[in-house]
Amino acid sequence: MPVSVTKDVEKLKDTSVASPQETAATHSGASTPQGVVDVSSVRKFLMARGNSAVADRGFRWLMIACAMSIFAIVALIASELIARSQLSIAKFGIGFFFKQAWNPVTGDYGALTFIYGTLASSIVALIIAVPLSIGVSVFITEMSPKFLRGPLSFLTELLAAIPSVVYGLWAVFVLVPILRDDVNPVLMKTLGWTGFFAPPNFGQGVMTAGVILAIMILPIISSLTREVMTAVPGSQREAVLALGATRWEMIRMGVLRNARIGIVGSIILGLGRALGETMAVTMVIGNRPEIVKSLLAPGYSMASVIANEFTEASDSLYLSALVEIGLALFLVTIIVNGLARLLVWAVTRGASARVA
Amino acid sequence: MGVGIEVKDLNAWYGSNHTLQDINLNIQPNEATALIGPSGCGKSTFVRCLNRMHETNPIAKVTGSVRIGDLDIYNDASPVEVRRRIGMVFQRPNPFPTMSIYDNVASGLRLNGFRNRRVLDEVVERSLKHAALWDEVKDELKKKSGASLSGGQQQRLCIARALAVDPEVLLMDEPASALDPVSTAKIEDLIFQLKSQYTIIIVTHNMQQAARVAERTGFFLNGKLVEFDSTHKIFTNPRDKRTEDYITGRFG
Ligand SMILES: Nc1ncnc2c1ncn2[C@@H]1O[C@H](COP(=O)(O)OP(=O)(O)O)[C@@H](O)[C@H]1O
Ligand SMILES: [Mg+2]
Repeated sequence: MPVSVTKDVEKLKDTSVASPQETAATHSGASTPQGVVDVSSVRKFLMARGNSAVADRGFRWLMIACAMSIFAIVALIASELIARSQLSIAKFGIGFFFKQAWNPVTGDYGALTFIYGTLASSIVALIIAVPLSIGVSVFITEMSPKFLRGPLSFLTELLAAIPSVVYGLWAVFVLVPILRDDVNPVLMKTLGWTGFFAPPNFGQGVMTAGVILAIMILPIISSLTREVMTAVPGSQREAVLALGATRWEMIRMGVLRNARIGIVGSIILGLGRALGETMAVTMVIGNRPEIVKSLLAPGYSMASVIANEFTEASDSLYLSALVEIGLALFLVTIIVNGLARLLVWAVTRGASARVA
Repeated sequence: MGVGIEVKDLNAWYGSNHTLQDINLNIQPNEATALIGPSGCGKSTFVRCLNRMHETNPIAKVTGSVRIGDLDIYNDASPVEVRRRIGMVFQRPNPFPTMSIYDNVASGLRLNGFRNRRVLDEVVERSLKHAALWDEVKDELKKKSGASLSGGQQQRLCIARALAVDPEVLLMDEPASALDPVSTAKIEDLIFQLKSQYTIIIVTHNMQQAARVAERTGFFLNGKLVEFDSTHKIFTNPRDKRTEDYITGRFG
C-alpha cells in the first residue's frame, strides 16, 4: 500500500514540473508508455477537488429535512385536528360516531349520517367503477390494436386531470337530468323491490354522487390495474395458452389472477379518493343530513358537511364537531391509502426484473 | 400413446425475418427427438410452430403443413384444440405463483371444466409421480405455492402440469438450461421414462444431453434443417460438413 501511494505522488510531481512543451514531447516520444501523463493529469484534477465533505453533509441534511417535513406535516395536521375537536370529543365521546343527530340549534351532533353518506356514495362508485376500469385495462393491455392503445390510455389518464369542480358542474347540468329522467325510472321499475331505488327521485342524491365519483376514480383504478397487468410476465400468459386456454381463459388465469393483489390495491386507492372527494359530491349529493335506504334520496357526506358548514359554524361546539368529522375522514383515508400503497408495492416490486 | 409428426414445407417469419425455411421432417412416435443448433437458428420457433404458439406473436406468420397423428393442425383444428393435445415445457420454469402445487398440476384440467375431485386427485398424483416430484411435495400439495419450490422442482412441476392433460406430444424447449447438474440429470431420467408413453421433442444446446436422451437428432442452422438422422449417426458420422463442424466445436 504505502509503496504504491509514494509512486503515485512521484508521478504527480513529474507531471506538475513538466511544462506544456515537455508534456507534448513525452507524448510523441515512443520511449515513455502512452497514457501515463493523461492519467496523472486526471488524477491531479481529481485530487485538487478535495473530498467535498461539507457540501455532502449539507446536502444530506437538506434531504433529511425535506423528508422529515412530510412527517411533520402529517403529525401537525393530526394533532391540530385532535386539539380542535376536543370540545366535541369531550361532550359526545365515542357515541359521536354512532349518532344521527345534527342539530346546531340544540347543540346535538353526531357523525353517522355523514359517515353513511360517504360510505354509500363511495360503494356505489366502486360498484360502477371497478368492473368498468378492469374492462378498460383488459382491453387496453390484452386486446386493443396498437394504434388505439396510446390514445385510450391517454384519455383515461386525462380524466384524472380534470378539476373536481368541473366534474361537479358537468354532473349538475348533464348527469342529474339523465339520471332523473332516463336511468332512475328504469331502476325504480326493475329494482324498486330491493328498496334501494325508491321515490322521491330528484336527480340529486347518493346515487348521483356515486356515479360522478365512479367517473372520477376510473382513471386511478384503471391506470394502476393496467400497470400491474403489464407487470405480469409473458411466460405466465404462454404457460396458460400452452395448456389450451382460450384468450379469455388466458386473461383470467394468466393475467388477472396474477395481478389480483395489485388490482385490489388499485381499487382501495380509488376508494381512498372517493371517500375524500368533496366538491363534485357536494354539488350533487343533495346535502340533507338523513339516512334513507333509497339511494335516489338526498344524503350528505363527511367532506361535504365540512365544506358547507365550516364558515357558518357559529359556536365552538359546532366547529369542534365539524373538526371531529374531519379527523375521522383523515384517519380513514390515511389508513385506506396506506393499505392500498402497500398492496400495490408488494406486487409491482421486482416486476421489471420478472418481465422477460 | 404418442403419435408421429409430419412436417411439410414449414416456413415461419417474425415480421420480415424469415426464421424457418422449408423445414421437412418426420418425427417417430414414442421417441425422443433432439433439436440442436447455435442460438438464434430457429429451434424455439420450430417447436412453437408445432403447437401453434408461434402465431400468438402479432408479427409472426407461418405457412406449410404439420400433421400430428392424423390431425392437420393448421387446417383441421383451432389453436386451442391443438394446444390441448400437445404439452409444452418452457426454458424458464413458469409455474403459476398464485396457485398451490396441486392447483398448478390440476390447472389444465380445470381450465377445460374438469371438476371431478376424485379423478383430479388421481391425475395430480399420477402426474407428479411421472414428473418424479411426488415424493418431494406430497405432504404439502395444497399448502405450498408453486413458486416456493426450487428451480429444478419448479421445472418438474411444469412437466407434471403438462402431463396432467395427457398430451400426445411433449415439447420441451431447453428444459434444463436454467437448472443445476443434479436437476438436469433428473429431467434427463424423466425424459427416458416418458418416452414410452409420449412423443418427445427436446430442444437443447447441450450435445451430450442430446446424445444421452434422444433416438434422433436434427441440426438447425440459420433457419434451415441441415441434417436429421439417428442421434448415433449425427454424432459419429454426420453427412454434412456444417453438422460435423458444429458437433466438434469447430463452428463459427
Ligand atoms: N419474439 C420475437 N420477435 C422477433 N424475432 C424473434 C422473436 N423470437 C425469435 N426471433 C428471431 O427468430 C430467430 C430464431 O429465434 P429462435 O427460434 O428463438 O432461435 P433458437 O431457439 O434456436 O435460439 C432469431 O433470429 C430471433 O432473433
Ligand atoms: Mg430458443
